[in-house]
Amino acid sequence: MANIEKLTEIASQVRRDIVRMVGAAGSGHPGGSVGSADIMTALFFEVMKQDPRTWTRSAKGQDAFILSAGHLAPVYYSVLARAGYFPKEELGTLRKFGSRMQGHPSTEAGLPGIFQPSGSLGQGLSAAAGIALGKKLDGTSERAYVLCGDGESEEGQIWEAAMFAVHHKLGNLVAMTDWNGQQIDGPTTTITAIEALDAKWTAFGWNVIIADGHDFTSILSAFDQAKTNIATERPTMILFKTEMGHGIDFMAGTHKWHGKAPKPEEVEAALAQLKETLGDY
Amino acid sequence: MKKYIDTGKIDTRSGFGAGLLEAGKQDSRVLALTADLKGSLKMDAFAKEFPERFIQCGIAEANMVGVAAGLALTGKIPFCGSFAEFVSGRVYDQIRQEVGYGHTNVKLASSHAGVTLGEDGATHQTMEDVALMRAIPGMVVINPCDYNQTKNATIAAAKYEGPVYLRFGRPSWPNFTGADEPFEIGKAYVMNEGTDVTVVASGHMVWESLQAAEALEAEGISAEVINLATIKPLDEATLTASAAKTRCVVVAEEHNSAGGIGELVAGVLAASCPVPMEFINGRDRWGQSGTPKELLAAYGLDAAHIAEAVRKAVGRK
Repeated sequence: MANIEKLTEIASQVRRDIVRMVGAAGSGHPGGSVGSADIMTALFFEVMKQDPRTWTRSAKGQDAFILSAGHLAPVYYSVLARAGYFPKEELGTLRKFGSRMQGHPSTEAGLPGIFQPSGSLGQGLSAAAGIALGKKLDGTSERAYVLCGDGESEEGQIWEAAMFAVHHKLGNLVAMTDWNGQQIDGPTTTITAIEALDAKWTAFGWNVIIADGHDFTSILSAFDQAKTNIATERPTMILFKTEMGHGIDFMAGTHKWHGKAPKPEEVEAALAQLKETLGDY
Repeated sequence: MKKYIDTGKIDTRSGFGAGLLEAGKQDSRVLALTADLKGSLKMDAFAKEFPERFIQCGIAEANMVGVAAGLALTGKIPFCGSFAEFVSGRVYDQIRQEVGYGHTNVKLASSHAGVTLGEDGATHQTMEDVALMRAIPGMVVINPCDYNQTKNATIAAAKYEGPVYLRFGRPSWPNFTGADEPFEIGKAYVMNEGTDVTVVASGHMVWESLQAAEALEAEGISAEVINLATIKPLDEATLTASAAKTRCVVVAEEHNSAGGIGELVAGVLAASCPVPMEFINGRDRWGQSGTPKELLAAYGLDAAHIAEAVRKAVGRK
């Protein structure tokens, strides 16, 4: 229980960070970042084997994480800072000239914690599969984690990677989908036939877990199951049911906040709904 | 002029296969990935020797490039092999983000480049790949001239830390460089010295240029032939010194005019040593089915056309 209280506090602060960062930048993607804040908080503060002090891109001795849906950069940067990869004060530089926090994750900029650049969608699952395969070839048991979007899964490369990971028995690959049912142009059901994700991933031969992406008990239980799945020699997809903009009433459940920055008064309205638990940056 | 002897025709892709096997023996981090073209890429020997280091990706080149980037992060040296079009144009964005921007240690092994692919026709005869790969910051682009050089360039690519695009071909082709000449990335090789004209060529066009130089010698024209085996980074000093000596230049490539080495060399010499130049390339046309010999003649990519371009360039001095 203590863990869940701690995670809840961190997630509230992460949501505050996201709103303040994107608000100050004047552009960015707050909706999906806020919606995946609970998953990302659990991953970085409870699930992954990682150590910011010894982190390198090679992920030697540690788990690796790829943010395939690169536009969720604000939540990624916030959890990295809060986990100690770099000082939280740097969060205020998001999207500014010369910042290590580029609009989409960049390794060129040298921000600790970033394994691969992302932003052009559909590519992160392949990179994570490569890391998982490399670790398997080395005979180590660390894992590769990757977060994809449901809209992103319209990219064909996702399904190329899905077949590859099963064929090469990558039980150490844990993929997550931020299944919020929204994308830039509207609800996913109005765009193309991406739904029935559970049936699709099951048919591709993956271990499939459906979890509530805003309930830490459900989130942690899903990750526990994914970890034991390494013995099945099949990769695991956790389909996290989430709500875009969850936790901020006027942002919740709509695609309209996919890629729009809140105005100063909207930032204030959002912050009034989110407890400051760890101190703002 | 220095004479080069064809020691026996063999495809440059077999040079890649031999180089890959050798690189694999030298370094256990070397991996071979392919998208269902193991045989075409001559990876069979590597796969037999190191079955656990051969990664079959299926007909899914985009995923192959991403997987290679991930493998590279864990310290592996992955070679992604496919036909030139499918490991450049088809996956340009994956290469750009995962290999280029991510600066991962991935080697793109690009076979069947150019019209000499032959009978398969224009869908497979990429003449645009050098332009695409040159445009990516930090990408090394290599187009060796024969079997031996492709083998040695493959070994050099494995030792180099960073992204490499290695271009080679399908047809049986004269093998004329030294078997054990270490390949130096970034060096333009002066194949034979001359005084009247510089012929800069890459890949299969190097042999054609040497043949042209022999024919021209009989006419009293002394041609210096430079093998631009590394297209990027460019050996500007060698090119400029040669142009300053001969005062005219012909550039020959099995690639389209846009973004090829003709524009590249012209861009350098315009700043460092402007001289009359002539260009041998695909001239913005699609390829078609035929034998390599027929196609080289039809597209103006053979020794006879190079010799004619030389006469024109010399006449403009």
